[in-house]
Amino acid sequence: MYTEKVMDHFTNPRNVGEIDSADGIGEVGNPVCGDIMRISLKIEDNIIKEVKFKTFGCGAAIATSSMVTEMVKGKTIEEALEITNRAVAEALGGLPAQKMHCSNLAADALHKAIEDYQNKRKSA
Amino acid sequence: MRRVYLDHSATTPVRPEVAELVCKYMTVHFGNASSVYSFGREARKAVENAREQVAAVIGADPAEIIFTSGGTEADNLAIMGVAYANEKKGNHIITTQIEHHAVLDTCHYLEKKGFEVTYLPVDEHGLVSIRDLENSITDKTVLISVMHANNEVGTIQPVADIGRIARGRGVYFHTDAVQTFGKIPVNVKDMNIDLLAVSAHKIYGPKGTGCLYIRKGTKMNNIMFGGGQERKRRPGTENVPGIVGFGQAAEMAAAEMDQQMTYLAKQRDRLIAGIFKSIDHVKLNGHPEKRLPGNVNVSFRFVEGESLLLSLDMKGIAASSGSACTSGSLDPSHVLLAMGIPHEIAHGSLRMTLGRGNTEEDIDYVLEVLPEILNRLRAMSPLYHQEKESKECCQSVH
Repeated sequence: MYTEKVMDHFTNPRNVGEIDSADGIGEVGNPVCGDIMRISLKIEDNIIKEVKFKTFGCGAAIATSSMVTEMVKGKTIEEALEITNRAVAEALGGLPAQKMHCSNLAADALHKAIEDYQNKRKSA
Repeated sequence: MRRVYLDHSATTPVRPEVAELVCKYMTVHFGNASSVYSFGREARKAVENAREQVAAVIGADPAEIIFTSGGTEADNLAIMGVAYANEKKGNHIITTQIEHHAVLDTCHYLEKKGFEVTYLPVDEHGLVSIRDLENSITDKTVLISVMHANNEVGTIQPVADIGRIARGRGVYFHTDAVQTFGKIPVNVKDMNIDLLAVSAHKIYGPKGTGCLYIRKGTKMNNIMFGGGQERKRRPGTENVPGIVGFGQAAEMAAAEMDQQMTYLAKQRDRLIAGIFKSIDHVKLNGHPEKRLPGNVNVSFRFVEGESLLLSLDMKGIAASSGSACTSGSLDPSHVLLAMGIPHEIAHGSLRMTLGRGNTEEDIDYVLEVLPEILNRLRAMSPLYHQEKESKECCQSVH
């Protein structure tokens, strides 16, 4: 059902955890649907220096969260905003059709974290 | 790596004795049971012998057993057959919210065709209220369909009470006994059951075969049309190998039923006690006592069922879950929701159903790996707020 890459990220997820005093935090999903992803970012000079995730959800939810953290590390904010849920799924070698809509929200969580960072800067 | 199969409510391995017999009736005694020559007579004899074997398990007359392709067909035939044949008397059916989809979806279909269906609620343990059931019967009610034991949470319904009420009110009573036939005692006469559905592959028999018990005198229509097989109730050339294997599996299940009930209940209780001892934030789903001997169904807070199943599979353990991801829809198990279990807890449900092949060591192994899996997934979960655990997690991951 899942590709080897998905299983690799599910088994050995990268960047699990939460950043203390993060510059931006984004959370999507809710426990009723069975998926919650939270991404926290450390941003310096417009570059994503550090990224961590915590996820409650199925194999696809955990794997996409892990993958998006790998994809975004070291990227500029503009580059990070261009990452789509579809691109995350493609990087994992694809996801089963029924997982594309419900568990493929990692890029949304990332974008929310960036939005949070930008809002904080505006109000600072 | 040790492999532990804990999904016996989904299917079971075929007994070697059964497989051998099935093979014989595929290759040697392959005749059509309706043919007059010796090849056919051999097959006919074997089918009728299987009918006796199956009937004996539930106290039925062999003539009351109609072989089908399995539990789903038996449920469909029972419900649609009775509903359409008794339409003049009434168009009301009573069932429960926690039935298998073979019953629920048939009832939904009949609703579209003008029937009225009452879906009885269940309590937190998955039990139907006898009072609700009695109050739901009207002069239009023609059929009550309540499963003997639930496939997900293992709760055993008071079918003898339901049968008595149904018989007293002149309403047909059908029960889906797919999870109980050959596993716990069932007697169609004592329990006043008019129709009872069985599947062979849940009792170490072959897939694609089962039966419907139809009490003599039950007024019902066919749902399939063709030849005159199975007393014209179920046309189509008999699945002789499957039926013969079913008969053999039924007889063997009945012979070891008492011993298996005791053994499985003991292992079940060990597994439940072990889980509660080593893992926190756990809930047992289903009834604490009125429960199938081999059924364990628990919800672990803060984790999702499919992640659990994948993690268990990597350790060689096969189980199932009521999470949305494994049900193929966006909602978790209809059974857990009907029991009033919140979505987020239903998503973290794990069903382990034990069978005759499971050893004490299997249970020990599950109890050894399960806490590690829970720790790992909870450490990843944003819902699990214990700081200490989350710090440990991050150290171990990097």
